[in-house]
Amino acid sequence: MTNDYSVDMVIVEGNPKLRDIDEAVIAPIEKKASKKYFIALSITGTLLMIGAVCITLTFYYGIGLWGNNIPNAWAFAITNFVFWIGIGHAGTLISAILYLLRQHWRNGVARFAEAMTIFAVMCAGIFPIIHTGRPWLAGYLLPYPNQHSIWPNFVSPLVWDVFAVSTYFTVSLIFWYIGLIPDFATLRDKAVTKAKKFIYSFFSLGWRHSNRHWRHYEKVYMILAGIATPLVLSVHTVVSWDFAASIIPGWHSTIFPPYFVAGAIFSGFAMVSTVLIFVRKIFNMEHIITLNHIEKMNQVILLTGSMVGYAYIIEWFMAWYSGSTFELFETVHRAFGIYGWAYWLMVSCNVIFPQLFWLKKVRRSIPITLAIVILVNVGMWFERFVIIVSSLSQDFLPTSWAAFVPTIYDFGILLGSFGLFFTLILLFAKTLPVISISELKGVMRDAQPTHQGVDHE
Amino acid sequence: MSNNQKQLYAIGALFDSPDKIIYAANKIREAGFVNYDVNTPYPIHGMDKAMGLKSSKIGYVTLFAGFFGASFILSFMWWTLSVSYPLVIGGKPYFPLPAFVPITFEFTVLSAVVSTAIALIAVAFNFPYNSHPLHDSYYMKNVSSDKFGIVIEAIDEKFKKEDTENLLKSLGAYFTELIYKPEEKTFKIFEPKFLAFLLIIALITSGSTYVTLNKLMYMPPFDFMLHQNRGNAQAKSNFFYNTREMRNPVKGTVAQGYIPYPFNATDSTEYFADPLLPTMEVLRLGQKKFLTFCSPCHGNYADGNSRLQGQFPPGPTLHSQQVINYSDGKIYNIITNGQNVMPSYARQINSNERWAIINYIRVLQRAQNPKPEDFSAIKEIKKENDDNASN
Repeated sequence: MTNDYSVDMVIVEGNPKLRDIDEAVIAPIEKKASKKYFIALSITGTLLMIGAVCITLTFYYGIGLWGNNIPNAWAFAITNFVFWIGIGHAGTLISAILYLLRQHWRNGVARFAEAMTIFAVMCAGIFPIIHTGRPWLAGYLLPYPNQHSIWPNFVSPLVWDVFAVSTYFTVSLIFWYIGLIPDFATLRDKAVTKAKKFIYSFFSLGWRHSNRHWRHYEKVYMILAGIATPLVLSVHTVVSWDFAASIIPGWHSTIFPPYFVAGAIFSGFAMVSTVLIFVRKIFNMEHIITLNHIEKMNQVILLTGSMVGYAYIIEWFMAWYSGSTFELFETVHRAFGIYGWAYWLMVSCNVIFPQLFWLKKVRRSIPITLAIVILVNVGMWFERFVIIVSSLSQDFLPTSWAAFVPTIYDFGILLGSFGLFFTLILLFAKTLPVISISELKGVMRDAQPTHQGVDHE
Repeated sequence: MSNNQKQLYAIGALFDSPDKIIYAANKIREAGFVNYDVNTPYPIHGMDKAMGLKSSKIGYVTLFAGFFGASFILSFMWWTLSVSYPLVIGGKPYFPLPAFVPITFEFTVLSAVVSTAIALIAVAFNFPYNSHPLHDSYYMKNVSSDKFGIVIEAIDEKFKKEDTENLLKSLGAYFTELIYKPEEKTFKIFEPKFLAFLLIIALITSGSTYVTLNKLMYMPPFDFMLHQNRGNAQAKSNFFYNTREMRNPVKGTVAQGYIPYPFNATDSTEYFADPLLPTMEVLRLGQKKFLTFCSPCHGNYADGNSRLQGQFPPGPTLHSQQVINYSDGKIYNIITNGQNVMPSYARQINSNERWAIINYIRVLQRAQNPKPEDFSAIKEIKKENDDNASN
């Protein structure tokens, strides 16, 4: 296959009519769910229930059920938190940064990626709350006038995190909903049953596709994209400060913010790819989410994966250059200590395998892409595990060194978070338009006026 | 409004290509129409210009909300950390600006985005508006899918039913539709169904609250707070050898702040020295404790004018030469161990407070028998006060 990269890629293949786009996007919603769908839902539902049971037992018996100990107080819970927050970053990147960069190919995948952002942040939000052991006290993190007359410590990175993640969730949700309003209106006008019409009318708020509204709508979309861009960069930066603002060797490093942001986009794109490869196949959307989309995302994965690899190398350099005995010890311990296997798993999954994307054949091959993005997901989870556990398990004081061994409940809750994520994804794919209908129509061939000899501005 | 005659709201015309709609919108604007709108399934480039619309001003909402959010959260954090509950954290100043930057940024974004979204939906769109006449029309069903439409409202000054329809057709519309206003529905407040609905909500809320708080909390397993394995004070225990739930402190336990006093009432304690200076603070403490514990019998001015006259043997005056001659140590011993009918006050008044009382008693004694220099001192103080007052 030959590709000319000097011209814009074809966003929708086969040049369908506008009405066909409606049909293609609405089909999964209107059609009765197949057996396969219910099998998939039952699997994810089972995972979700495993997680729910493990969390219930944790609430009943306490955090002692987990493998956490002192010094490994953060262990799995915070690993999962950082992992899921990272997954969310691809959605905002696609919907905000690529929007500002006029990357029209984003229109096919933006809605799905935004939904994944919201679900991933929901999964992430669970972990810090259950990790406190007293989840009902989470309200103390909000600055409200309470009877103790004290306030949250606004100087602590952990409180910054609360603000960053809750802002991120709210902004993503608003961004997502505003994008959905015109599509709800389209669904409303296609609805046949009274109940569906009521629901879609309710959520469309009475949208009329009026140009007097589009005028504000497009402006707001631009503003939100502009604001969400620094926001998405700030969120994982703040998450990285949870580590970098401490003095633990292996954490106390200024490279953490860019390193975390690149890693977040890297893992997020891998997750978007993983899910979209299935979605385009199952819902017959191969002409909308094309091979070109997969290739573009693979290019982003290659770029961010190389940035992550650069960060790994810089860590070694800084360990030596800092002249800190503990820093150097920690770095060597990371690669060759008891968690060395995790380190090399992380390096191979995150740095070595994505380098295959230099080859165009690999970028455009669905099975190899799927294999690599799944490995990237695994590798990025292990990256957080390595950062957290290897640093905590052997810090300054040899007397307090201890290994972390996860228990079955740790794994149960991790599985549960995957169950929650994929259950929400499945429900989303069946109930809402997975592709932004109005945005996609706007970038199709012949969708915009030729202005008949009149100058375009 | 009569139900028989529907009121015309507008004429809608459908076009089948973006070029045609741009052309038509231009012509409609040039023809002088004001109350018209273009409905398209996606935003069309150049349509704002064709309709003569200016750029949206909604960005100002974002700007002001952002500025407001930033200044609010920054001053709020300053207020919490340096006014409401001043706290030094990690050796940082009360206003550590760099540490406030992340939250200021996040809150700025949050307030800007939420305000913009609310302004967009509630003000710019005037939503929710599901009763708009255009809804459910054939026109609407097409413009939300793949057609492009112009709608001219009947309230426009230039609107004439036939002429406008013909104008739209001449601009290339392949279909025109007369759109009527929907029948206005009114909802009475005292609709029986609505009242019943309110009543049911009230019953469910109050009923479930009542059941939860008064019944459910006393049923297993929610009653676990009532049945705990714990010892109650004064209750009988089958576990401890002395059948008491309360435990005695370990032998030799000393209460916090307790200093043993090994002297009896008869012991000589003249050599005790007053450790306190007669500062205003000490005298105020002594006055407070004296008025609380000593004055009931010895009188407010230590003159033996007891408030318990007839109920309790009156305390002697402390202005007698005998008491004036007592050493501080002796008075301390008397307060600690008691004397004659006076009981020990060791449990009520701690060591420091006893010395403060002694200082205060000395002041009272001196006030009864002032020395010449005291008068001149008082005069000087008075003069100073007067000077201050006149200034």
